[in-house]
Amino acid sequence: MRFIPALGLAAALLLSGISGVSAQEMVESLRGDVPVNQLSKNDNMFRPERDQDLIPRNFQKQPPLIPHSVKGYNITQNFNKCMDCHSKERADETGATKVAKSHYLDRDDKKHSNISPRRYFCMQCHVPQFDAKPLVENTYKPATKRGE
Amino acid sequence: MKLNRRDFIKANAAAAAISAAGLSAPTTAVAAGSDEIRWDKAACRFCGTGCGVLVGTQDGRVVATQGDPDAPVNRGLNCIKGYFLSKIMYGNDRLKTPMLRMKDGKYDKNGEFAPVTWQQAFDIMELKVRETLKKKGPNGLAMFGSGQWTIWDGYVAAKLMKAGFRSNNIDPNARHCMASAVAGFMRTFGIDEPMGCYDDLEHADAFVLWGSNMAEMHPILWTRLTDRKLSNKNVKVAVLSTFEHRSYELADIPIIFTPQTDLAILNYIANYIIQNGKVNQAFVDKHINFKKSATDIGYGLRPTHALEKDATSNGYPGADGKPKGDTGKSEPITFDDYKKFVSEYTAEKVSKLSGVPEKDLKALAELYADPKIKVTSFWTMGFNQHTRGTWANNLVYNIHLLTGKISEPGNSPFSLTGQPSACGTAREVGTFSHRLPADMVVMNPEHRKISEQLWKLPEGTIPDKPGLHAVAMARALKDGKVNFYWQQCNNNLQAGPNINEELFPGWRNPETFIVISDPYPTISAASADLVLPTAMWVEKEGAYGNAERRTQFWRQQVKPPGESRSDMWQVMEFSKRFKVEDVWPAELVAKAPALKGRTLFDVLFANGAVDKYKLSETAEGFDNDESKYFGFYVQKGLFEEYAPFGRGHGHDLAPFDTYHQARGLRWPVVDGKETLWRFREGYDPYVKKGEGVAFYGHKDRKAVIFALPYQPPAESPDKEYDMWLCTGRVLEHWHTGTMTRRVPELYKAFPDAVVFMHPDDAKARGLQRGMEVKVASRRGEIRLRVETRGRNKPPRGLVFIPFFDASRLANKLTLDATCPISKETDYKKCAVKVVRA
Repeated sequence: MRFIPALGLAAALLLSGISGVSAQEMVESLRGDVPVNQLSKNDNMFRPERDQDLIPRNFQKQPPLIPHSVKGYNITQNFNKCMDCHSKERADETGATKVAKSHYLDRDDKKHSNISPRRYFCMQCHVPQFDAKPLVENTYKPATKRGE
Repeated sequence: MKLNRRDFIKANAAAAAISAAGLSAPTTAVAAGSDEIRWDKAACRFCGTGCGVLVGTQDGRVVATQGDPDAPVNRGLNCIKGYFLSKIMYGNDRLKTPMLRMKDGKYDKNGEFAPVTWQQAFDIMELKVRETLKKKGPNGLAMFGSGQWTIWDGYVAAKLMKAGFRSNNIDPNARHCMASAVAGFMRTFGIDEPMGCYDDLEHADAFVLWGSNMAEMHPILWTRLTDRKLSNKNVKVAVLSTFEHRSYELADIPIIFTPQTDLAILNYIANYIIQNGKVNQAFVDKHINFKKSATDIGYGLRPTHALEKDATSNGYPGADGKPKGDTGKSEPITFDDYKKFVSEYTAEKVSKLSGVPEKDLKALAELYADPKIKVTSFWTMGFNQHTRGTWANNLVYNIHLLTGKISEPGNSPFSLTGQPSACGTAREVGTFSHRLPADMVVMNPEHRKISEQLWKLPEGTIPDKPGLHAVAMARALKDGKVNFYWQQCNNNLQAGPNINEELFPGWRNPETFIVISDPYPTISAASADLVLPTAMWVEKEGAYGNAERRTQFWRQQVKPPGESRSDMWQVMEFSKRFKVEDVWPAELVAKAPALKGRTLFDVLFANGAVDKYKLSETAEGFDNDESKYFGFYVQKGLFEEYAPFGRGHGHDLAPFDTYHQARGLRWPVVDGKETLWRFREGYDPYVKKGEGVAFYGHKDRKAVIFALPYQPPAESPDKEYDMWLCTGRVLEHWHTGTMTRRVPELYKAFPDAVVFMHPDDAKARGLQRGMEVKVASRRGEIRLRVETRGRNKPPRGLVFIPFFDASRLANKLTLDATCPISKETDYKKCAVKVVRA
């Protein structure tokens, strides 16, 4: 078993009466218990997550994740499908998240009427999600009070 | 005193201005209140771009990160990986205590992992080192490090191995990454690392990507290239690869070529320049020597391999026991000889060989030939991971040198590095098996002498033969020649080539003892004998050097979990276990009676230089666990002992404290000023007045153009294994995914490795997108799912598999063929078949 939910682990510890951190008492890689010289089981078939509302951010400057399918989205030199809905001109009408003001500033903080060319390829920072379960829990915690 | 982000940026901008002028500024202590976020600068943990980030901490934990608006590299931007740096240290399976394989309370290679103390961990390591020294001598020990080591991590490891244990068996994973770039630089210029800098991105009229998918692998440099291209309609972009990828979204000249034929295309461009009278004759006459090189150099395979038996210049022992030739040997020729040599690379012939239409070849060649176009070439693993990788590097310099398009803004042959400190640590510190700091090598008696003097060690301490490089080290483990192996800061069991036949059998060889230092249980750790929990990134004070020669520092921001310790601490603390008499021959000890009875720690690290700076000099308000433990400012002492290797020799580093203020500085830093373009008067202080251009890495201050032919790869598709396999990375994951696959957002963006293939190739095999398949080479097989859409679009006959996935190990398939000069593996070409699982 690769993914041990924190609660499950705590319960197991209580039941067995072991104290200490048993998660560290083994060295199991992301392969799980399959030795390197054997073939991994391949039971995963992931699909893009269903379209959903905004995915909350962990901290203020985190680029929002893409909460919808991007199948067939094309970004070429002349055409940026994302901006069809997310540009400041179109966002009110489409209900999409408006591209942040920072995205209209160039390297020298000069303002442009169109999206800054340095921000042109959206998916360098914004990515959609598959319906995969995390392999291990991540214990990161956001700030208790949002600092600037 | 509390500072918010805005104050911090202001304070540091002022400090940067001061330090750029060569003055030092007082350290600004930034206290953290319980409800405030403390912001401080760091370099990104991932690629060789070297973006600046601001790290927000609260209550001893990293709570946020963001692109540093004042960092010249990225001006506030990060890529998706960089934006999630705040989570990389918090995977729930961090190793917290040393773990040893044991049975009945004792070490046993076939035992189960159990927690031990550091004392016990070092006890067994000491025992194994002593056993190995007794049985095999110093060459039975080996260390495998990283281009992700901080400068001081790499420095202490190289020093312990080369000067302490007297073994040159230390090599970094950077061997897999840019050894060919290094060999290319040394052969053409006699000095390592790019002459240009990222400012070339704002000056070039044309960009040519040779085997580099910058859009995914150097995303922030790609934002700068995109900015230049979309803001200036006349700017052209040519992209060359063996399959279509995201960088083609910006290509005016998109070129897909048959694997390995880049060598022929490069020679065609040189021929085109000459045939069309576009040689910059004045430049060539003044600054260039022409040479031709040994060519029958083999493929870096085991000597028993069919491809090595008849090779006349592979350097392997021949029937008489003497080395067969020298892979790097070259002899002078004339320009006319060179002209004749490349004349056979006609458009017609090269088009046929490469599959690239003649008109595209001509359009590409014209970017280089037209004197009005400023052209920057970028390359990464497509060139470097190549059985003729050193040649590919030499060949691209040829075309920049023929036209004189070099060492000035926008005209730049630019080797991009993969790792965050491949330059700063792996190359500059000298962690390769043949190298010493500042481009010096162990084979050169003068270089050894300089190093021994700076290290205050007796003459003869450093061994005079190169040690084992990465692939040779793996073979030596399997063959039982190396018995003690210590790996830090990388996951070579997953990233190294030919896991099934070479790496894994070596690790589980009963004769070997494998020690892994890592923050997480990688497959390297899980297959090792002893695992050491290791502090990472901002859990220690650090320094990286990026691809444009920029050295960047950060302070320790948080404490590592449990018993984790930094790589540097592990090496230094372990060195206390040995006295010089234990590891040096009596003759050597006799040369330095004062060192008698002293430990390696005393000799290497408590030597009056490394322990010169007081603990009180560390920054107020920040932890520095190592300095506190050892009782002196370790990082400063190590840096100031190391920096004199390069100062005054074209590798000048600024004083230590400067880097804590500035947003990095590009060496050589002379009189407080960084150097943007090397080898050109007006930019580079090492070029004399009136010289114009000087390639001062070579004694005659000239660069070399090499005559080098196209040669076929080590393995090509045949009837049974009918597809090319190319391996590599994806945007969302760093190398073997140790950090990024533990960040849920990154994992969910690209969960498992897939095999990218052409829809017609899938159809021809009865396969559909999403189906499970078996990909097999002569060396192994893996099962994964087919992807016929998406970001990578291979041509028919080629598949691409990323290597980040521990459960789908692409390197079970790859061949351990290397460039025979650089010893870097070709991960881009081997033969596989794809069948329904």
